[in-house]
Amino acid sequence: MKWETVIGLEVHTQLTTHSKVFSGSSTAFGAEPNTQASAVDIALPGVLPVLNKGAVERAIKFGLAVGATINRVNIFDRKNYFYPDLPKGYQISQLAKPIIEFGSLKINVDGEEKTIRITRAHMEEDAGKSLHEDFHGMTGIDLNRAGTPLLEIVSEPDMRSSAEAVAYARALHNLVTWIGICDGNMQEGSFRVDANVSVRPVGQAEFGTRREIKNLNSFRFLQQAIDYEVRWQIETLEDGGRVQQATVLFDPETGETRMMRSKEDAHDYRYFPDPDLLPVKLDESWIESIRAAMPELPQAMRERFQREYGLSVYDATSLTSQLDAARFFTDTVSLAGEAQAKLVANWMQGEVSANLNREEKNIVDAPITPGLLADLIKRIADGTLSGKLAKQAFEGLWAGEGGVDAIIEARGLKQMSDSGAIEKIVDEVLAANQKSVEEFRAGKEKAFNALVGQVMKASKGKANPAQVNEILKRKLGA
Amino acid sequence: MINSSLKTLSAMLADKKISAVELAARYLDRIDALNPRLNAFITVDREKTLVEARAADARRAAGEDINMLGIPIAHKDIFCTDGWLTTCGSKMLGNFIAPYDATVISKFKQAGMVSLGKTNMDEFAMGSSNETSYFGPVKNPWDEAAVPGGSSGGSAAAVAARLAPAATGTDTGGSIRQPAALCGISGLKPTYGICSRYGMIAFASSLDQAGPMAPTAEDCALLMNVMAGFDERDSTSLEREKEDYTRDLDKPLAGLKIGLPKEFFFTEGLSAEVAQKIDGAIAEFKKLGAQMVEVSLPNMGLSVPVYYVLAPAEASSNLSRFDGVRYGHRTAEYRDLLDMYEKTRAEGFGAEVKRRIMIGTYVLSHGYYDAYYLQAQKIRRLIAADFAAAFKQCDVILGPTSPTPAFNAGEKASDPVAMYLSDIYTIAVNLAGLPGMSIPCGFSNDGRPIGVQLIGDLFSEARLLNAAHQYQLNTDWHTRIPEGLK
Repeated sequence: MKWETVIGLEVHTQLTTHSKVFSGSSTAFGAEPNTQASAVDIALPGVLPVLNKGAVERAIKFGLAVGATINRVNIFDRKNYFYPDLPKGYQISQLAKPIIEFGSLKINVDGEEKTIRITRAHMEEDAGKSLHEDFHGMTGIDLNRAGTPLLEIVSEPDMRSSAEAVAYARALHNLVTWIGICDGNMQEGSFRVDANVSVRPVGQAEFGTRREIKNLNSFRFLQQAIDYEVRWQIETLEDGGRVQQATVLFDPETGETRMMRSKEDAHDYRYFPDPDLLPVKLDESWIESIRAAMPELPQAMRERFQREYGLSVYDATSLTSQLDAARFFTDTVSLAGEAQAKLVANWMQGEVSANLNREEKNIVDAPITPGLLADLIKRIADGTLSGKLAKQAFEGLWAGEGGVDAIIEARGLKQMSDSGAIEKIVDEVLAANQKSVEEFRAGKEKAFNALVGQVMKASKGKANPAQVNEILKRKLGA
Repeated sequence: MINSSLKTLSAMLADKKISAVELAARYLDRIDALNPRLNAFITVDREKTLVEARAADARRAAGEDINMLGIPIAHKDIFCTDGWLTTCGSKMLGNFIAPYDATVISKFKQAGMVSLGKTNMDEFAMGSSNETSYFGPVKNPWDEAAVPGGSSGGSAAAVAARLAPAATGTDTGGSIRQPAALCGISGLKPTYGICSRYGMIAFASSLDQAGPMAPTAEDCALLMNVMAGFDERDSTSLEREKEDYTRDLDKPLAGLKIGLPKEFFFTEGLSAEVAQKIDGAIAEFKKLGAQMVEVSLPNMGLSVPVYYVLAPAEASSNLSRFDGVRYGHRTAEYRDLLDMYEKTRAEGFGAEVKRRIMIGTYVLSHGYYDAYYLQAQKIRRLIAADFAAAFKQCDVILGPTSPTPAFNAGEKASDPVAMYLSDIYTIAVNLAGLPGMSIPCGFSNDGRPIGVQLIGDLFSEARLLNAAHQYQLNTDWHTRIPEGLK
């Protein structure tokens, strides 16, 4: 039997507010346990939550970015359950009336574009952490994270493969970091993915029974976990078994998923509207001012790069995978001239990207700036530098040796464009390579390239390749 | 002296006839002498009180002259009070020293009022007789066989016995007004959102409201001037212009339209003695120029069942934080986490609290939420609409505060429903978020106080205080002190 995979994702994004969603405590990561836990965070008797407007603003930004409905009135509910790192005995979340509903996000897998629907996104507070080591059989509780603002983004079950799920998660990660509502740091848990996975025979309309894989904190684990889970579900069904609704955990060590709790153990969370918080009423003019301040979104920018600069889908997608890279690109293009956009793209995809990867740096920390790259591009465009020489100049720029012209001067990289001088070298090369000349005349096109190579070598790479080509052709009577 | 009004005490302090330390000491001596009988206070700390009194005297010596500076007050043990044991009447918080002040407490501190201690109360404010307190029942100063009412029974008894010239209370379903009535004092529950709930241990968040308890309406008005006001730490607190609650005290009542809801007077369980005293109060108000109009609150009969769905629902969630993990009681021995939770909560909570947690958990459960919680919310809106309609016909609604005078200790303790019905006249006011007040209007044949309730439209505290004050200028029920405690 042929099987179809159905995947929906729930992504918890930590919002970039400096203080918590219902208290004034800092949200900074990595502080000593319980040093960022106020009376409100530890739920002392009598304390009350006060909503952080910054969290609401970020949720609205997200809603605008995915073309969603922004509920002008939305409501906080209490989700009740007992756990030591949940100080109030309930989590403040949004169930019936979330702030965001009905959005969508486009993904691209193997050149195929697909729209993934976003069911809803709601604000909620994070819990603290239980520390099971170092306490001699007891559990330590760290409430620094308690009350950190989260936006939980829930998709429809619109993905049909782990590749699509990863593409969606990446696109979402790209978007939330792009609009600045989440720092996207997956190691620190700022972007956590739960995957709801089921399989069904191809052609069947109803969904199969799903299992939810919790807390995947890398795209690789997301892919591995789904792939394992899908194989497991298909094998189970083909062996005549049944998949039972459950929550499972992925073990990166073994690459397997294992059951955490079945549906029977599911909590009754006894949701009800939190009487300590009034319904959130959003002012139209506030939404409009947020809309006005929105940056151009990656998808729009990608399409613009293709349209205006003639970039390929691949280049345009790659350059808009990160806001900083996109800004670097547009800044460089505006300095080097729009006609050089393709060349700028090539350099960013090539040397810039390779150097950044090697040194594990972000583009904002690179030694090269849009100004320097634009200068380099200009020297290529005006024929001062050949591609090969430009690479050497780039090395100089990366090493901080100064401006482009200074490096060309210091390294002696100026292209030889004096046709008399080139002709002289050509003559010498032809004289010394009679065998190649004969081969060329016998119809071997490759021999021509060998001769070009020899000329370039003799000129120490400085001869203008176009002129070399032209002169060689003339001399050989081709 | 112990029967002096806040206005008189304020004048004595201003004229330096007495210092804040001397005044506090007199009340502390009285507490030492009488509290062992009444059990109105859970915590008294002479030294802490005197530190506050000395600070008040220092402020006055430094030239500060604000009207409440140096006046003592007792606080219901539901308010977190920095450095004081704050128990909420429960074993669960029997060891909890609050590390911060409730907003209401800090407002009294800023005004220079001196805390005499923390008053006894029904556990987590759940009760109408003060019998559910872990720290033992409070006695009614008028008759020690009788309950003082609840849940602010300690505050009511302390004021009635003049162990304090004033006290704070909280009212979720009648917890200021009913004990005020049963102890023969005045008590005001303001409009929901007027006094900050920050630092007031939550019972039912959408109903809880702090308010003043004192011998007279005028005292209550002065206390409201201190304790009311917007607080950015309470999202349900209302941002309104500052009011002077004494501004209308002296207005004549001629032309005041008083609504008499027929449902208030034909309730099963309304005692003849109470009905008679309410009639007396109506006659008195008529003499003062008020007009009586009949009004109707058709859904009032549903208020008790609605309340006993909504209040326990919120309470079941509010009390989840008492889990033994971070503060308060934790059981001595346990096998695992679940065992720790179960034993801690089994030991830490009393029977009435457990009953309400169970009711609340049930009505919020999957499959019951729509039938109970949502339905109750709908009826709550109908009850509020009834009041809104009634206030188109009248300025103030009048009726009994409690269907009976104070009952005997133990009389209703084993019958929760009978106990719940003692709040039948007060609960609807909380459900509608309205201000309500109880003032003394007589005594039963066996000498137990009876209160009359005045209910106003939203934000009409000044009008209620005006009506109550004018009534008190022409009656003397509020000046009486139990024999033997003078």
